[in-house]
Amino acid sequence: MTSTFRTTVRANLAKPEVRANFYRAMDGLMTRRLDQFPDKAELERLRTQSMAIRANALSKLPELLETLEANLTRNGIQVHWAETPEQGNQIVQAILERHNAKSIIKGKSMVSEEMGMNHFLEALGIECLESDLGEFIIQLDGETPSHIIMPAIHKNRVQIAKLFHEKFPDIPYTEDVDELTQMARRILRDKFYATTVGLSGVNFMVAETGTLCLVENEGNGRMSTTAPSVHIAVTGIEKVVESLSDVPPLLSILTRSATGQPITTYFNMISSPRKPGEKDGPEEVHLVLLDNGRSNIYSDPELLATLRCIRCGACINHCPVYVRIGGHSYGTVYPGPIGSILEPQKAGLDVHGELAQASTLCGACSEVCPVRIPIPSILNRLRYDGVRRDTANTNTVGSGKRRTLSEAATWKTWAWAATHPTIYHAGSTLATHFKGMLPTNLGAWTTVRSAPKLAESTLHQQVKNLGVDHE
Amino acid sequence: MSNTARANILARLKETPPQPSHTSYSSPDKGRLGGVSYAWDTAERVRRFTERMVAVRAEVHHATPETWLDVVSQVCAAKGLSNLLVSPETVLGKQIHAQAERFPTLKTYDQPIESWKQEMFYGIDAAFTGTHGGIAETGTLIVMPSVDEPRLMSLVPPVHIALLEVDKLYTTFAEAVQEQGWVQTGMPTNALLISGPSKSADIEQTLAYGVHGPKELVVVVV
Repeated sequence: MTSTFRTTVRANLAKPEVRANFYRAMDGLMTRRLDQFPDKAELERLRTQSMAIRANALSKLPELLETLEANLTRNGIQVHWAETPEQGNQIVQAILERHNAKSIIKGKSMVSEEMGMNHFLEALGIECLESDLGEFIIQLDGETPSHIIMPAIHKNRVQIAKLFHEKFPDIPYTEDVDELTQMARRILRDKFYATTVGLSGVNFMVAETGTLCLVENEGNGRMSTTAPSVHIAVTGIEKVVESLSDVPPLLSILTRSATGQPITTYFNMISSPRKPGEKDGPEEVHLVLLDNGRSNIYSDPELLATLRCIRCGACINHCPVYVRIGGHSYGTVYPGPIGSILEPQKAGLDVHGELAQASTLCGACSEVCPVRIPIPSILNRLRYDGVRRDTANTNTVGSGKRRTLSEAATWKTWAWAATHPTIYHAGSTLATHFKGMLPTNLGAWTTVRSAPKLAESTLHQQVKNLGVDHE
Repeated sequence: MSNTARANILARLKETPPQPSHTSYSSPDKGRLGGVSYAWDTAERVRRFTERMVAVRAEVHHATPETWLDVVSQVCAAKGLSNLLVSPETVLGKQIHAQAERFPTLKTYDQPIESWKQEMFYGIDAAFTGTHGGIAETGTLIVMPSVDEPRLMSLVPPVHIALLEVDKLYTTFAEAVQEQGWVQTGMPTNALLISGPSKSADIEQTLAYGVHGPKELVVVVV
């Protein structure tokens, strides 16, 4: 138990308050999702349809991106491309400098987290203010999101009340959720009023019409994209869909899977900056398309399914590992099952490959995934890529980097013994005879479990005793 | 940088052999949710719309072409509004302006936001807008802001009063997109689906209303 991941997991498992916060939240989310799909046949049809829409978009991704760019440009939206988070940040920086902007107000965007945008801009003396209530709360506490949909889910109201009181001592202490929310509204409204550049993520980009779609409940997405005079949207290249008619099914399954809502309060479709004669809205709209390893994932027909993800978080909400260790244990932007397949591919198996091993492969994630991403299969593939020898046959970053001589030798010996019946038979008989001498300490496994005990006789002997003989 | 990045990204994507498209994608039903097709008449659509809207704490009033002005007037009085932002240019807005004495002080959005941002953010109690239609399945308003009813009208004031015409109440989102020919007519600067007042459950999963957008949404169905 020496890796950073394992150390963090151990530390978080020892925090009962955080664990209780996760348990309560995830139980509620699972129930609410279930309530939204009373007709199982409809759910399965909708999942198949949504998978097909996403698979279709990916099947022609380069063409759709070109169509999208042409239509956005025709509509007056400026499109930028970034291969790395650094390039993405530099594009945002250049836009801010052109407007002499010293602050930016952000709607919720996981891709901006992926880019480390807040740290990048703050180092340049530019204030980045999160306006999503959950993001605002964790920013006050210097934390990162622990969930992709509900960033502050690891905190309870008492913790948030204390945090607000500490940061805003002039405002009376309260644990009332409505009062806390109104406090944030007042603070952030002043910022929306005064800030000239707003930033948002994107849920879907429609190639056919050149439209950017945003799903949200609070209005922070609408505010960030409407009140400031410049709007910058950042998103991954995979978020494109072919046509507008693809959007209703995806929107429906996204909100129902994520929070158990039939639809969110706001669905915002932006197709251009302010047109002549219009009285509000940004004068400039920019879209930054981030690759950051996605085109590499795209090159593998098996791993490609990772890019179907619509970021609903249902896999996270249903993951027995996530609910126990919490989102921060992963040490990555995207936690849970989707993070465990996405992050090792983006950063490399040598950096985050351990996440692919932190799964029971129970399959709950793939059972709920609205676009049917086969997460357990991809986890297995990444485990294999991590230790494979023929690294020339895969594009996965860091392939073979998790291979150790001792593990490879162990499995090689096992394979040799298991394919030589005389050796296997002699070995298993010997182990059965000397079972009393087998170690009871088997490393990490036996820190929380009893060591397995061998039976009185081998399986071959037991079968033989039953009178079965195929030889 | 950007052009090189663009060329590199597209080149990498194009190196990959084309993936086969999913067969079921070409189904003519792809706009419909999971193949479900509802046969709701007008009354059923209104009932479902109302039920959904009320469930997310929106206020729904039913009126006729003759009574809707009374309803809006009564809503303004009940809420003690001191002013109401309403366009003098739209068909509905003209009717309100024609009976200005029955309403709180009428304000107009007749200049770019930069000229009166402070008043908009801190001095307007409520705004009245029309809608582009509604969606019964989810209890949703379709709002397409325009020169006369700009984007911030349905977002900044604490109360948003919207009028929905029953003949524009569709069963599903997909049906609205199709029936109104959104692709054919071209998308406006901003199109919105609004389903209730602004809300959040970010603090301990407890619903709180009025985070950044309106604290109250009032829908008058005519």
